[in-house]
Amino acid sequence: MGCSHSVHNETKKSEKAMKAAVLIQNWYRCYKARLELRRRQALNIFENIEYADEQDQMQLAKFFAFMLEHYVKNKSSADNLPKIFNPEPKRKSDEETIISLIEVPDTYYGPRLKFPLTFADVVLLIDAFKENQILHARYVLEVLLEAKKILQQMPNIIHISSTVSKELTICGDIHGKLDDLFLIFYKNGLPSGNNRYVFNGDFVDRGQNSMEVLMVLFSFLLVYPNDVYLNRGNHEDYLMNMRYGFTKEIMQKYKQHGAKILHLLEEVYTWLPIGTLIDKKVLVIHGGIADNTDLTVLEQMKRNRMRSVLMPPLVPAVFDPRHGHFSHELPPPAMLAMEQLTKYEWDQIVNILWSDPRSRKGCYPNTSRGGGCYFGPDVTENILTKFGLKMIIRSHECKPEGFDICHDGKIITVFSASNYYEEGSNRGAYLKLSHDTTPRFFQYQSSQITQAKTLHERVDIVENAAFRILGERMIIRKTNLIQAFRKYDPNDTGKISLSDWAKATEEVLELHLPWMSLCPRLVKTIEDGYVLYNMGFKDLPVVRAPKVAKAGMVETLVRYRSDLKIIFNIIDKDQSGLISMDEFRAMWKLFCSHYNIDIEESHVDQLAHSMDLNKDGSIDFNEFLTAFDVVHRATNKL
Amino acid sequence: MTPSACKIKINNLLNKAGLLELQKKIKEAFEVFDHEANDTVDVREIGTIIRSLGCCPSEGELHDLIAEVEEEEPTGYIRLEKFLPMMVKVLSERRYRPIPEDLLLQAFEVLDSAKEGFLTKEELVKYMTEEGEPFTEEEMEEMLSAALDPETNTIQYRDYLAMMVIDEN
Repeated sequence: MGCSHSVHNETKKSEKAMKAAVLIQNWYRCYKARLELRRRQALNIFENIEYADEQDQMQLAKFFAFMLEHYVKNKSSADNLPKIFNPEPKRKSDEETIISLIEVPDTYYGPRLKFPLTFADVVLLIDAFKENQILHARYVLEVLLEAKKILQQMPNIIHISSTVSKELTICGDIHGKLDDLFLIFYKNGLPSGNNRYVFNGDFVDRGQNSMEVLMVLFSFLLVYPNDVYLNRGNHEDYLMNMRYGFTKEIMQKYKQHGAKILHLLEEVYTWLPIGTLIDKKVLVIHGGIADNTDLTVLEQMKRNRMRSVLMPPLVPAVFDPRHGHFSHELPPPAMLAMEQLTKYEWDQIVNILWSDPRSRKGCYPNTSRGGGCYFGPDVTENILTKFGLKMIIRSHECKPEGFDICHDGKIITVFSASNYYEEGSNRGAYLKLSHDTTPRFFQYQSSQITQAKTLHERVDIVENAAFRILGERMIIRKTNLIQAFRKYDPNDTGKISLSDWAKATEEVLELHLPWMSLCPRLVKTIEDGYVLYNMGFKDLPVVRAPKVAKAGMVETLVRYRSDLKIIFNIIDKDQSGLISMDEFRAMWKLFCSHYNIDIEESHVDQLAHSMDLNKDGSIDFNEFLTAFDVVHRATNKL
Repeated sequence: MTPSACKIKINNLLNKAGLLELQKKIKEAFEVFDHEANDTVDVREIGTIIRSLGCCPSEGELHDLIAEVEEEEPTGYIRLEKFLPMMVKVLSERRYRPIPEDLLLQAFEVLDSAKEGFLTKEELVKYMTEEGEPFTEEEMEEMLSAALDPETNTIQYRDYLAMMVIDEN
């Protein structure tokens, strides 16, 4: 019959269509999965390198201790102690006088702020920043000064209560990404009495607009001091800023006023509260906890004495079982102008700012970062029970989806800097808490560029960026790498197996990555499963250096560039950007001995002389260090 | 040793080497998602891992595979020691092979009921989000971003497939 025949055909047709659809969906999901794997691999590379860098910091901290010991042994008075170890407490009237002496010229077309700030001022500020204007140093200093006054009145841990009508929004790391901050405000509204915000640290470093982010956040703090809460992160630390870009941003944008801003900023950071407690149940802190975290101690200590993670308090020589050595000697009390925290208090704060949750039980030193701990679900359970808490909201770790939940729902990570490592690397997120309900998460990914590209293009971008960085690492360690390769090539054939190459590379670079699958992407000289290791560097970026410099020294200087920058800044007592030849030589000797580097003194002298451009016995160390860098071939971009 | 015994021995050696290669490949893909380096991944990532190894199970088939290896207590995790042998079997038995290009083309042609050589945006969206194992909104958007010709608002599926093949290689 005609009827059933056509129904039968219809069914057959739709079955066919369904099968075709499944086929296409299936194929597409496979394609997508392969791209996702590549994206994750790239993210792992970024993360590994980021944490390895943080570890280097700890070496630097030890070097400072070493330097201090050296000074203590050789000098009898505090006069020669670099100011950084022994700062004088600032006097209030000094600051205000200095600031009032800065004039804002008529030619300045940026926003002009009147104090006390109003909501209108902040809106003005935001509009100006959207137009890429730079706030005049005078106003920056005034905002910082006013912010300090407010922050000084706050306790170490701020207690707030969530109410049914006033929602609370919690944001994580922003790292100078102004467009992410604006995106959050766009989606969620500007802060106000009815729209409260907690910003959980790491406002600065890495992104291009750390100053603007800080100005917006501090301005909102000034206008709504009871509705905007700022927690300190591990990057609210003036020594971290030297390494991770904020100091550079300030000097570039503010030039001669930069130093004043840096000084005030250093102090303002120390007054940021270290946490927020909501309804006595939800603790919001930047990093995490340790097994001995004690909220009572954290609430009572003088938090402004915590200046930098690289400046631990000096204690009498004590054997430190965790690191297996004796810590340094205490200089005579007369030498120290400023009070310190006890080591116990200092450790408490460092753990709060640096720790990461892990699924493994117990509490272990955070070896990736070199500071804080890894804490397991049992630690979380104990601390929550001990202090009557329900959960901990923290940030500090970049997550592909902008947030993460672990330890059975008790630890929430929220990270608000999208595309943190590179265009397309990750989403950002924020969360909203209302009275007694579970948190709601909101995700975003800023950037017009990202939207216009296909998935494939976006993954390519992230991957290429990761490989660039790896390439830089490899070229900086070229000498050591070739030495390691030669060990596997006793007959000097110039070839080693892929797996030997992987082993050697992992040993030298100290990065745990899938080197076997990365090799063909990094090194294009592979034949029959063997790597021609001498030629393997020709596709990598080039190290640029002054001609007189010898190869070994070049690599050392490029590799330790950030550390050296910090060290030179410290020696530079008058912040002039110049150090004397003698200071340079003394420093370099200390540095090499501590880091076990073998460099001939004559090479150093020769190099230093060539860098003394004015021939007046002083070296502009910023210029000195800039002369050593890694340059990528194709575009000559740094 | 007789020639045939020799041959068997060589085959066995090759197989052993082949097996090690295979295991290494699977381990490396697994490790990308093993965030804490404790040989465990979140069950939600297993689909990506299996597919990135060149297998194309449907969502239903994936569900079955997961059921075989998911930990019972606590749920939500998959351990390498269970995943590895299963995946070795799947790969060496060549199960869930990727779909050949010509079959894909045929699939698009089936959906192209008017036989015009292209699909309209509405047609593709309807099929992908309503039929078979439907796409999420995100998956649909992503496919469209590369597949849609913005001028005509159509999917020129022959060109699209040709481009995807090049991309992959």
